[in-house]
Amino acid sequence: MAASSRAQVLDLYRAMLRESKRFSAYNYRTYAVRRIRDAFRENKNVKDPVEIQTLVNKAKRDLGIIRRQA
Amino acid sequence: MPLRAPVQTVTFGQKGLHLLWLHVPSKRLCPLEPSFLRYHLNINSTPSAGTLSPSPLPPFTACQVSGVVFFPLRFDPSIPYTYLTSSQIFPSALWMPCVHSCLRSYLATPFHFLSVGDHAPQSAVPADTAAAPEAGPVLRPLYMDVQATTPLDPRVLDAMLPYLINYYGNPHSRTHAYGWESEAAMERARQQVASLIGADPREIIFTSGATESNNIAIKGVARFYRLRKKHLITTQTEHKCVLDSCRSLEAEGFQVTYLPVQKSGIIDLKELEAAIQPDTSLVSVMTVNNEIGVKQPIAEIGRICSSRKVYFHTDAAQAVGKIPLDVNDMKIDLMSISGHKIYGPKGVGAIYIRRRPRVRVEALQSGGGQERGMRSGTVPTPLVVGLGAACEVAQQEMEYDHKRISKLSERLIQNIMKSLPDVVMNGDPEHHYPGCINLSFAYVEGESLLMALKDVALSSGSACTSASLEPSYVLRAIGTDEDLAHSSIRFGIGRFTTEEEVDYTVEKCIQHVKRLREMSPLWEMVQDGIDLKSIKWTQH
Repeated sequence: MAASSRAQVLDLYRAMLRESKRFSAYNYRTYAVRRIRDAFRENKNVKDPVEIQTLVNKAKRDLGIIRRQA
Repeated sequence: MPLRAPVQTVTFGQKGLHLLWLHVPSKRLCPLEPSFLRYHLNINSTPSAGTLSPSPLPPFTACQVSGVVFFPLRFDPSIPYTYLTSSQIFPSALWMPCVHSCLRSYLATPFHFLSVGDHAPQSAVPADTAAAPEAGPVLRPLYMDVQATTPLDPRVLDAMLPYLINYYGNPHSRTHAYGWESEAAMERARQQVASLIGADPREIIFTSGATESNNIAIKGVARFYRLRKKHLITTQTEHKCVLDSCRSLEAEGFQVTYLPVQKSGIIDLKELEAAIQPDTSLVSVMTVNNEIGVKQPIAEIGRICSSRKVYFHTDAAQAVGKIPLDVNDMKIDLMSISGHKIYGPKGVGAIYIRRRPRVRVEALQSGGGQERGMRSGTVPTPLVVGLGAACEVAQQEMEYDHKRISKLSERLIQNIMKSLPDVVMNGDPEHHYPGCINLSFAYVEGESLLMALKDVALSSGSACTSASLEPSYVLRAIGTDEDLAHSSIRFGIGRFTTEEEVDYTVEKCIQHVKRLREMSPLWEMVQDGIDLKSIKWTQH
C-alpha cells in the first residue's frame, strides 16, 4: 500500500520528469515530458487501488526505460 | 603582466578544435576568473579589443598544477577572436597530459542512440534553447516526413537491445537455451502484432518489410490459384511495390484491372463491384495512402469481396497502429505491415494471412520452411521484437496520438490556409488520416519551395519516387492539374512532432511561398486578373 500512496506517486512523477529532461534528442525529450504529464493528469482521479498499483508498476517500468535510454 | 598564449589547432576526427592555452606565470591567479580570461583573450563580439564583453565563454579546463588553461574552441570564423600569440614552446611533458585529459573530457559525450557526436543536438526551433546558443551544436532540420519513415520509439529500442547484445540465439535452434529464449521472444512479438489487428498469432508471418509482404500477398495468391483464376484488381494510387508486382504478373499472363479513383482519392465502390469477374482471385486496396493520406472504405470493400468470394488484400503500412483495424470486422484476408512506419525498426514487416477460411499462398522465398513455409529464412529476433514492441506501444498510444495529431493537423492546415490564398489540399478532407497532409501551393514550384524550407525535412511525394522528376502518379490519378501536381508538398505529423515545430513550419512555409510568389510572373498576371487558362503561349 505504501507504494501507491500519494507521496510515492508524486515522487515517481518528479523522478520521471527529471530523467526525461536528460534525453539529448529534442523530439524524444519533449514527447517524454508531455506524455508523462498528460498520463499522470489523465489518471489523477483513479480510485481503485489495484488499478493504481498497476499504473504505478507500469510507470516504474517506463522510468527504467527512460533511465537506460536517455 | 604579459601572458603567453600559443594557439594550436588539433584536428580530431571531423572536429577541428582550437586548443588555446595561457601560461599563467603566477599561481596567485588560480582559480582563473572568467572575466580575467575574457579580458586577456579579447573574446568579444565586437572588434574592439580589450573590453569586457558579456559573450559566453566556451568551457575550458584549467590545469591547476602548471597554471595552464586549455581552451577547446571550435574555430568559428564569424566570431572575431584575437589571440595573444607567442612562439614559445613549452616542455611537452608538462602540458601533454593536460591536453589529453582536456580532449578526453571534451570529446567523451555519453553515447546516446541518436547523438551525432555533437553536444545536445537541437532542432532549429529557437523556443527550446534555454541560454544563448553554444558555439558548437549542429542544428538539424525539423522532421516532418513521417510517411517516409519514423524515428524509433525509446520503448522499442529498450525492448530490442537485450536481443542485440546478450540473447543472440537463432530462434530456430531447438536444442539449447539461446534458441529457446529467442523463440519465446519471437512468439511474444507475434502475439503483440496479432493483438493490434485482431488476428490470431498463427496468422502472422514476419517478413523484411511491407514491400516483401505485398509481393507475397499479390504474387503468392495469384500464382497459387493461377489455374482457375487469372484476374486481379487494384487501384491506380497503390504503392509502387503493388503496382510493380501486378505488372510482373501481367508479364506472366494474368490480367490486372487498375481501378481509377475519384477526385477525392477514394475508389468508387460501384466500379469495384462491376470490375469483379468470376475469375478474379484478389482485390488489393491500400488502407491509408502514403502520399495524400486518404482512407479507403476498407470495411465496405471487405464486405463486397467476401460476398463475391474474392480475396481482399490491403497494404496497411501507413494505417496499422494509427487507426483502429480489425481483420475480422473488416473482412480482410491479407494485410501488409511495415515496421518502420510505426516507430519500429527498419528492415522488418509482417503479413497477415487468414486461416479461417484458409488463404493459400505460394511461397516466394524457398529455404528451410520457417514461418510456416511461407517465408523461409532466419527470423531476425531483435527486429521482430522491435516490431512487436512497436505494435504494443501503438495499441496503447493510439487514442492519445490520434487526438494530438488531429489537433496539430488542424492547426497546420488552418494557419496555412488563412494566411495564403490559392492553396489546395489534395485528398478527401473527411476520409483522411490527419497525420499526412498534402498541399498544393499554386504558382509556386514544389522543388524550390522544398529547397527554401531547408530547416524542415519535407517531401513532395513518396520517398520511392522522389528521385524521378515526374510529378507523382497518385496526384495524376486524382486528377490534379499538371502545374498543381508540381507544386505539392507533403507534411507529415507524428507522435513526436511538437506544436512549436508545426508553428515554425507554418511560418516558414508562408514566408517562402509569399517570397516565391512575388518572383513569379504567373502570380503577377493572376493578381492583374488575367485568367491563365486563356493565355495562348506562343512558340518561338
